[in-house]
Amino acid sequence: MSFWRKHLMGESRTRDVLLVLAALVAIWELGVWYYEPPKIFLPPPSAILAEFLTTPGLFIRHMGYTLWTTLLAFAVSVALGIALAVAIVYSRLLERTIYTLLVALNSVPKVALAPLFVIWLGTGMEPKIAVAVMLALFPIVIDTVLGLRSVDPDMVNLARAARASQLQILAKIRFPNALPSLFAGMKVAISFALVGAIVGEFVAGGNGLGFLVLVAQGQFDTTRVFVSLVLLGLMGTALFYAIDFAERLMLPWHVSQRGEGGSQHGG
Amino acid sequence: MSQGTQPYVALDRVAKVYPSPRGDVEALSDIDLEMAPGAFVSVVGPSGCGKSTLMKCLAGLVPITSGKIDINGHKLDGPPDAMGIVFQRDVLLDWRTILDNVLLQAELLRLPRADYRERAMQLLARFGLEGFEDRHPWELSGGMRQRAAICRALLCDPELLLMDEPFGALDAMTRDDLNVELTRIWQGSNKTVLFITHSIVESVYLSDRVVMMSRGPGRIVEVIDIDLPRPRPLAIRETPAFGAYVHQIRHHFAELGILKE
Repeated sequence: MSFWRKHLMGESRTRDVLLVLAALVAIWELGVWYYEPPKIFLPPPSAILAEFLTTPGLFIRHMGYTLWTTLLAFAVSVALGIALAVAIVYSRLLERTIYTLLVALNSVPKVALAPLFVIWLGTGMEPKIAVAVMLALFPIVIDTVLGLRSVDPDMVNLARAARASQLQILAKIRFPNALPSLFAGMKVAISFALVGAIVGEFVAGGNGLGFLVLVAQGQFDTTRVFVSLVLLGLMGTALFYAIDFAERLMLPWHVSQRGEGGSQHGG
Repeated sequence: MSQGTQPYVALDRVAKVYPSPRGDVEALSDIDLEMAPGAFVSVVGPSGCGKSTLMKCLAGLVPITSGKIDINGHKLDGPPDAMGIVFQRDVLLDWRTILDNVLLQAELLRLPRADYRERAMQLLARFGLEGFEDRHPWELSGGMRQRAAICRALLCDPELLLMDEPFGALDAMTRDDLNVELTRIWQGSNKTVLFITHSIVESVYLSDRVVMMSRGPGRIVEVIDIDLPRPRPLAIRETPAFGAYVHQIRHHFAELGILKE
């Protein structure tokens, strides 16, 4: 009894989520089996799995392409985003110009620019990275600027009283203080980078899960569309939790201060 | 108070005006103050009387509008050497251990950390934080955190210690403890201390000299020398002599319409 209580009735967020997912898949499978909708509308989960297993290598290869595009774009966004945020915080001119512009541009539907990047950069990986960076850069810059600014003024006064340099204040106080915000931005950015990569693949090129979705849709092969979508979902979730894991590793002081053990925060 | 020696801190007709769109705000007006080397001076006054501004000016963090500040015979131009500072909030860095937080002072002053490690451990032990060196700030109580902040200020053996309502956010008992610990550390250290507070009792207990300030504009209304023997047990606060000083200060604030009697 105590074993079951611990493992089936105790508190575990991951287990709860998995149970709900399993229930949904079961309902889906049973629903399709009972109502028999046309296969072109909704294939059952078992058919989706079977479809994946016919050509697993192909799916994995295209998934690798999308993953690689996403990761490259994410890396560029983080590096560029941090540099921009630091520049914005330290320069009144840049704050008034670039930051204001960035905040204004944030509301523009940037995916609409994807065709333009194809014209400029061709049909390789570059336009996809460009679209993904366009999306992922904003949350990183905005959150990092927020984090760099949200330092207790007396913390800076303490450093200034010791005649610390601006670089010391940045390295020892402002930047570490901004890390929790940076991670919050990165959790949003990783999902945005994936969206950007897919949109890029929709617009042009012959690689990636976005391309597979488009081709399968053209052939009315709904099952293959679903295989790609499931893989995309798994990839997005894995990427988000990878950042979450890195945060726990790098900012134990922040995570423990939040005073929670589960993953109750979403991007 | 020693007579004839050069004061460690001397303020001469110091004024501070903050420009604002709705007209200038006079935060400090005509401040004259001398602090002998090794003196413990408290500034007491109501909120908004400019006592924190006074401390920031003395710390060289805020430029003064007119007048002159000399520290150890040198005209103040930016933060002075050999100064330690403690704020009301402990401003410890959450990502550093207590020991690393104390050593931050050496890092900021570009002094080798290794040279101060031993001293940091000693200071922490003297403030009852032995065994907490490797803990993080969030694991400590408010009183322990503020003790660590004082250790940080004392790390590089400052001649001048500036404290801006350091115990203002603590409960009464922790505050008493820290009053005793602070006087114990200060006594015989020859450190000159400027202590900002809004507690009259605290100012009398700690100080050689209490500076009373009033607002609108912030100015000194009275300076009272506290002639009580040291070391001072906490029970000294129940003696008639102590009560007389507290009464004198409270009465004076009442006359100014700042306190009701």
